[in-house]
Amino acid sequence: MTAMNLTAVKAIYVFEMKRTFRTLLQSVVAPVMSTSLYFVVFGAAIGSRIDQVEGVSYGAFIVPGLIMLTVLTQSVTNAAFGIYFPKFIGTIYELLSAPASFLEITAGYVLAAATKSFAIGLIILGTAFFFVDLNILHPLWMLTFFVLTCLSFSLLGFIIGIWAGNFEQLQLVPLLVLQPLIFLGGAFYSVSMLPDFWQTVTYFNPVVYLVSGFRWSFYGLADVPIGLSLFAILAFTGICIGVIWLIFKTGWRLRD
Amino acid sequence: MSAIVSVKDVNKTYDGGFEALKSVSLDIDEGEVLALLGPNGAGKTTLISIICGIATASSGRVTVGGHDTVDAYREARKLIGLVPQEINLEPFETVMNTVSFSRGLFGKGRDDAHLERILRDLTLWDKKDTQIKELSGGMKRRVLIAKALSHEPKVLFLDEPTAGVDVELRRDMWETMKDLKSHGVTIILTTHYIEEAEMMADRIGIIAKGEIKLVREKDALMDELGKKQLVIELAEQAMGIPESLSDYGLSLVDGGHEVIYHYDSRKERTGIIRLLNDLQSAGLQMSDVRTEQSSLEDIFVDLTKGEAR
Repeated sequence: MTAMNLTAVKAIYVFEMKRTFRTLLQSVVAPVMSTSLYFVVFGAAIGSRIDQVEGVSYGAFIVPGLIMLTVLTQSVTNAAFGIYFPKFIGTIYELLSAPASFLEITAGYVLAAATKSFAIGLIILGTAFFFVDLNILHPLWMLTFFVLTCLSFSLLGFIIGIWAGNFEQLQLVPLLVLQPLIFLGGAFYSVSMLPDFWQTVTYFNPVVYLVSGFRWSFYGLADVPIGLSLFAILAFTGICIGVIWLIFKTGWRLRD
Repeated sequence: MSAIVSVKDVNKTYDGGFEALKSVSLDIDEGEVLALLGPNGAGKTTLISIICGIATASSGRVTVGGHDTVDAYREARKLIGLVPQEINLEPFETVMNTVSFSRGLFGKGRDDAHLERILRDLTLWDKKDTQIKELSGGMKRRVLIAKALSHEPKVLFLDEPTAGVDVELRRDMWETMKDLKSHGVTIILTTHYIEEAEMMADRIGIIAKGEIKLVREKDALMDELGKKQLVIELAEQAMGIPESLSDYGLSLVDGGHEVIYHYDSRKERTGIIRLLNDLQSAGLQMSDVRTEQSSLEDIFVDLTKGEAR
């Protein structure tokens, strides 16, 4: 086997990023706009009537969760659309006939999707400074969780994009699965605020570990130990890569 | 010449049990133009898809340039350019973007001069910054060819390149093919335009119901299977073939105004002169004589008769 076809990774990455810049308005402005609305409604309007959560003002408390909410959905939808579109319009033939491995094709699409959601997350973080007092306790950890989340959920999106047989299915997972997981994943509250039974249920939600770890990197507050959060996201990434490897190996939904 | 593409005992059975290819073997020589003819659903596209890596064979082996298309897919695929039958293009991309994407995808570094040459050859240079959705159907097909040529392939697959293309563009396309051939590119062309195969190909393969019926040099095929016939127009209507001419196996057509004689042009004696003399002796006056050779189309129809699905 010859060396990796890094040129192919770059070609896909550049091609996808050009698409992002061509559709800058819907790609970037829309998510920033909707998150700003969350800040205004939850942070300023409602938040001003809510006590602090574990010593942090409610407006500030929800910032990590809000960033996660956007980054997760953006990662999934970007990557899903990125690979679904070639399938839909038929240009997938070129990817399948290219001298590129599953790793290279996946890397190209996933890195592009992750870059985009990372940029959006960063913009939202910047926006947050306008609305609330923020301090980041562990910036390096923050960055680690941030990047890992972008990558792992772009991988998940990539799988969804390959699985989807039509545009409805493409919307289905983000809407029916992701959104509830994120909202019930402690984006807007601390898990300790829930009754015991629901706390237990919550621990089966993978997003809890992400939001908890991410929030810890801001305020040092965590629902689950930080090590467990890191393990959860790494395990999730590993599972996604495994599934994609299987998809390319078997040609599922890709090759006749 | 050595085989640049070698297909050995390839079978393809779809999940539903449909056998698209049945033990297909085929060697394609370097630098030749091979036309694969066959009715719709014969397996032409399936065969190409397997060679190019879009579909997987149920069994059998394919090598390109000596590289196995499964075990050494990188080396094999680098040699291949594919122009698909459907016009599959990103509508919002510009011509240049999509062509340079193809080049990169196949692992080739940036080469603006090469891409410019291709686009100029295909008269796409003026449109390089145009979004693909704004191009005409013929132009889009050229973009597909440009994409396939962007990484300098040694073997070019053209799956029905002139389907639904107007006459003028079809001729342009043929010129492009000839030009590529002169540069040593091996071309595999699928078509159901017989005229196209007759015009372009060095060899012709006929595929029907998932089986290769024959692969032959085009000229040899025409000679071997091409029946020649002599048509003799009579000055006056004849009511029947005279007894003295019964050995020739003549047939009287056009209400007795024409006599047809089948012969083999490769034989030393075709019997034409003797026939003409005998006709004279029998008192039949000729007003004109012409010969006709059956076209590839007739051969094709003969071979695949009743096999089209």
